[in-house]
Amino acid sequence: MKITKEEIVHVANLACLDIDETSTDKFADQLGKILEYVDTLNRVDTKDVPPTSHAIFLTNVFREDEVSKHLDTETALANSPEKEDGHFVVPKVIG
Amino acid sequence: MKLYELTIHKAHRLLKEKQISSRELTRAVLDRIDAVEEKVGAYITVVDQEAMAQAKLADKAISEGNISPLTGIPLSIKDLICTRGIRTTCASKILENFMPPYDATVIKKIKESGAVVVGKVNMDEFAMGSSTENSGLQVTRNPWDLTRIPGGSSGGSAASVAADMCLGSLGSDTGGSIRQPASHCGVVGMKPTYGRVSRFGLVAYASSLDQIGPLTKDVTDCAILMNAVSGYDHRDSTSVSKDVPDYTEALKEGLKGVTVGIPREYNSTNGLDADVLSAVKNAVKVIEGSGAECVEVSLPHTEYAVAAYYLIACSEASSNLARYDGVRYGLRDKDAKTLLQMYNGTRSKGFGPEVQRRIILGTYALSAGYYDAYYGKASQVRTLIMEDFKKAFETCDVLLSPVTPTPAFGIGEKIDDPLTMYLSDIFTLSANLAGIPGMSVPCGFSSQGLPIGLQLMGKHFDEEKLLTVAYNFEQATDFQERKPELWNGD
Repeated sequence: MKITKEEIVHVANLACLDIDETSTDKFADQLGKILEYVDTLNRVDTKDVPPTSHAIFLTNVFREDEVSKHLDTETALANSPEKEDGHFVVPKVIG
Repeated sequence: MKLYELTIHKAHRLLKEKQISSRELTRAVLDRIDAVEEKVGAYITVVDQEAMAQAKLADKAISEGNISPLTGIPLSIKDLICTRGIRTTCASKILENFMPPYDATVIKKIKESGAVVVGKVNMDEFAMGSSTENSGLQVTRNPWDLTRIPGGSSGGSAASVAADMCLGSLGSDTGGSIRQPASHCGVVGMKPTYGRVSRFGLVAYASSLDQIGPLTKDVTDCAILMNAVSGYDHRDSTSVSKDVPDYTEALKEGLKGVTVGIPREYNSTNGLDADVLSAVKNAVKVIEGSGAECVEVSLPHTEYAVAAYYLIACSEASSNLARYDGVRYGLRDKDAKTLLQMYNGTRSKGFGPEVQRRIILGTYALSAGYYDAYYGKASQVRTLIMEDFKKAFETCDVLLSPVTPTPAFGIGEKIDDPLTMYLSDIFTLSANLAGIPGMSVPCGFSSQGLPIGLQLMGKHFDEEKLLTVAYNFEQATDFQERKPELWNGD
């Protein structure tokens, strides 16, 4: 197997996903096959080839640091599952 | 001809001559949706009242002599482009009730042109898929055969155009998500050059590959929508500050002096369907007959595109989708006691299996110890794929190929075999990796009556050449005249 069930659980945990045992088995099998397939890339000689992270040549885009119009608090909070006094509410972080 | 069957440019002429009103046109489209939506399942949200209100405004503008090519024209929008006040779900349970507080730049632009948004259309969840079967909300069927997939991820866009449930649509293309469904549904689709159209307000899947583009009933409409949505936007730092030509001018050019390159590698692809091959070969003859010269070219790294693409796209997705944490918008796991439980519970309940699979693959490819072997290697292969195109475009203006190896497959056929599904994207992925424009135009039908598309790819920012070739091809053929009968297979 290209990727073990333990690795699947570990990576899922890094990505904040809880996956049950059935899904772990299925993902290990499917991702194993995908990883075997992507190993074909090892046939390509990439010595001294620079990596590309963007298709178009980009330089930094600068702008003046000026205050402009943004969403007001009420609009920004409109979609939040729980809010109070202009803040997002989340479960207690420190016990 | 029924009003809902009109192309954008024909409807525009009738609106301009005041033979029809936008209200009549919009009503006809909404009634058409009512009549066939049960069969097709293209729309996640239809906004009858808002659409009729927009149509009324368009009619007022027209009566005052203010008419643009899109004024009063009913369009559908893929449900990952933010529309203020209209729910934008990305076909995901995690965003099922998300109400964007702003319009994407493309929506702002088409609204300024007076277009009428009739609704939001289905897709693979977060644009991850090639069949629209990964939608977390509903099934969309191919209007040409309701037992088959419409393609994806912009399957709702393609199906809504093919079934005359709108006059045109905006979709997005990360690895073929406009061109492939356009091909499967027999409509025209264009993925513009990366940076040509602003991504502001497009919910991100893989930021270095995503691009918004039109799906339309013909090539002229494609040029019209490109005129409306293209251009620099200071809100998207990857949009490119480059003048936007009038794309409809490209339709006036002939094919004399145009060189079309046919990649040698594409013809020897495993699993290439005989009907697809013969339709594409026939298209080559038609294009040669119209005055273009066809030459063979080589894209030697084609066979590595699928592997490089899925590593890069999933890596970017794993990072982009970290924002869905249940805090600021979307679903929240209300049973969770701690913050971490809330993150995990929300994401596990909210994301469907394909999205989870891609997040896990991307997280793995970026994780310590694997980064160089996977993401790093794929990024280097991406450079080689870009160089292949650069070299090919030294000897030709446009590349011609199939869009997909086969016509639309059956619903459920490939859903449990993600690798096979990924491999069906072989012809379209490279254009996204290289950032070049690509287009799909109808070029025939299979023996079972399913549409087949022809792919054209061009140099960066040379959408005009694609439109010239596509338009000349369309004029020499009549594939876009045929309409689906919304039948139920055998």
